[in-house]
Amino acid sequence: MIIPVLFGMSLVVFFMIRAIPGNPAQVILGQKATKEAVAALTHKLGLDEPWYVQYVKYIGGLLRGDLGESIRTGAPIAEEIWPYLAATLELSLAAMLIAVVIGVNAGIISAWFQHSWFDYIAMVLALIGVSMPIFWLGLMEQWLFSIQLDWLPTSGREDVRNPIEPITHLYLIDTLLSGNTEQFWQVVQHLVLPSMALATIPMAIIARMTRSSMLEVMKSDYIRTARAKGVSMFWVVYKHSLKNAIIPVLTVIGLQTGLLLGGAILTETIFSWPGIGRYIYDAIGYRDYPVIQSGILIIAAIFIFINLIVDLLYAAIDPRIKYN
Amino acid sequence: MAELARTPATPPTAIEEERTVSLWGEAWQRFRKNKIALVGTGIVLFFIMIAILAPWLAPYDYKEQQLAERLQPPSSEHWFGTDDFGRDIFSRVIYGARISLWVGFFSVLGSIVVGSLLGIIAGYYGRWIDGVISRLFDIMLAFPSILLAIGIVAVLGPSLQNALIAIAVINVPNFGRLIRSRVLSIKQEEYIMAAKAIGMSDWRILFHHILPNSLAPIIVQGTLAIATAIIEAAALGFLGLGAQPPNPEWGKMLSDAKDFLTQAPWTMIFPGLAIMLTVLGFNLMGDGLRDALDPRMKS
Repeated sequence: MIIPVLFGMSLVVFFMIRAIPGNPAQVILGQKATKEAVAALTHKLGLDEPWYVQYVKYIGGLLRGDLGESIRTGAPIAEEIWPYLAATLELSLAAMLIAVVIGVNAGIISAWFQHSWFDYIAMVLALIGVSMPIFWLGLMEQWLFSIQLDWLPTSGREDVRNPIEPITHLYLIDTLLSGNTEQFWQVVQHLVLPSMALATIPMAIIARMTRSSMLEVMKSDYIRTARAKGVSMFWVVYKHSLKNAIIPVLTVIGLQTGLLLGGAILTETIFSWPGIGRYIYDAIGYRDYPVIQSGILIIAAIFIFINLIVDLLYAAIDPRIKYN
Repeated sequence: MAELARTPATPPTAIEEERTVSLWGEAWQRFRKNKIALVGTGIVLFFIMIAILAPWLAPYDYKEQQLAERLQPPSSEHWFGTDDFGRDIFSRVIYGARISLWVGFFSVLGSIVVGSLLGIIAGYYGRWIDGVISRLFDIMLAFPSILLAIGIVAVLGPSLQNALIAIAVINVPNFGRLIRSRVLSIKQEEYIMAAKAIGMSDWRILFHHILPNSLAPIIVQGTLAIATAIIEAAALGFLGLGAQPPNPEWGKMLSDAKDFLTQAPWTMIFPGLAIMLTVLGFNLMGDGLRDALDPRMKS
C-alpha cells in the first residue's frame, strides 16, 4: 500500500510544478528575462522534453537519491537538505515528547477522576488548545517568556556568540557528543518555546483521545474484577487499562506526528528555526521549484513512514493484531 | 380527475414529512439541552452578526491610515489600539470576521460539493472508478494538509482566492470518504433496491435518496471543517500566501504584528483572540451537532 501511495505522491508533486500557468522557467526568471535565459533554464529543468520522459528521469533520480538542484544555490538538494531536516526532526521530536507525556497523563488523570475539577479544567484547556492557532501561541510565548520575563531566547537554534560545531546536525546529540554541557543547555533553552507551541494541538488531541479511550476501557468487566481482587487503582489505571486504551491513542499520535511536520513550517517561521519548513517557505519566495517539490515529497514520505511504524507498533502492543 | 390523482399520494407524503420533522426535531431537542454546544452556537452567531454588520459597527475605515497615531495602545478612541500604519485594529478585526467566515464557509462548501460528487460516484458505481477515486483520496490524505495547501498556493500564486481554493482542495478527500462510506451502506437498504426495481434512474436515486440520507454527517463534518479552514486560511495569511494588503485578514494581521511584539503587543493579541474564539465556537457547535445527530449517541 505504501509504494503505490508514494508513487502517487511523487506524481502529484511532479504535476503540481507542471500546473503552473505558462512556462515555469519564465515565472522563475521574471518577465524581463531574455528569451535565451528562459530557453537555457527550460532546458536545465528538463521542461523541453515530453512529460513522461521528465517523470521517468525524475523518478530515476529519486531512486538514486538525487533530489535535483536548488535554483537559488545551485547545490544538490540531497546534500543541502539534511541540516534543515535535522533541525525539524529535533523540534518535532521534542514537541511530540512533550505532547505525549503531558497529553497521555492529563487524559489518564481526567478519566480516573472523571467529573472532577481537574477533569473539567483539563478538558476546557484541551478544547482551547485545539482551537488555538499555533502561530499566535508562538507569538504570545515570545512576548511573555522572552520579552517580558526574559527567561528564554526569542528565536534561533543556538546562541550565535557560541556556535555549535555540527556533527549530526541534531544539536542536542552534537553537544552531548562534544561533551559541552553549556551548549547543551543553550540548545535546550532554544528548544523550549517552539516545541511548546508546536506541542499544543497534538497535546490537546492526545489528552481528549486518551480520556475517552480510558473511560471506555475502565468500564470493562476485567477492570471491575481487578479492582474487586484488591489491585490498587494506580496499577489498574496505568497497567491494565492503559495497555488496552492505547491503540486509538497511538493512531492519533501517528497522525499528529505527521501533521506536526506540516505545522512546523509556521513555528519555524515565528522562531526563525532553520528547519525544512523554513527551507520550503524560503524556496517559495525565490520560486525555487525543485526545492519546493523535493521538500514537500520528503515530509510526505516521512509522514507515511511514521504511520507505518504506528501500524507495526499496534501488533507489538496488542497480541491480537497480526500482520501477514 | 386531478382530485383522484392526488388522493392516494397524500397519506405517504404526510407520514414521510412527519418522520422527517420528528427526526430533525429530536436532534434539535438534544442539541438544545447541550449547554456547551449552545455557547458555541452563540459565539458563531456573534461573529456572523459582526461580519454582516461590519460597516455599521466599525468606528473607522479598515484601510484608513493615520500615521500620526501609529502603534497607539488601546484607548477609548481606539478600543484595540492601532497598528504600524495607524489603522484602527478594532475596525480591522471586525472586517476580518467577514474574510475568515467567507473563506471558512465557501472553502468547505466547495469541498462538500466536489467531495460529495466524487464520494457518490466512487461508492455507487464501485469497481475501477472506486479504485481510482479512493487511491486519489489516499494520496491526498498522505500529505500533511497545510503543506499541500502551501504547495497549491505556491503554484497558483498568493491571494485570498487561491488560499480558498487550496483549502477547499485539501478538504475534498475528507468529505469524499465520508460520503463514499455512507453510499456504500445506504445502497444496500431495501428502499434503494425498491427504487431500482421500479426503474428509478441512478441520478434520481443518488440525489433524492442517498444524498439527503447523508446530510447529518455532512453537517457535522462541515461545521468542524469550517473551524479547521479558518485556522488554515489564517496560517496561509500569516505566511503571506493568503490575503494580501490592505485586507484585514486575521492571520495577515498577526504576521504584521510579529515585528512589533516589543513595542505594541496589542497588535497581535486581538486578531489572535478573534481566530481562537471563532474556531472554538465552530468546534463546540460541531461537537454538539455530532452528539445530537449521531444516532449512536442516543441514550
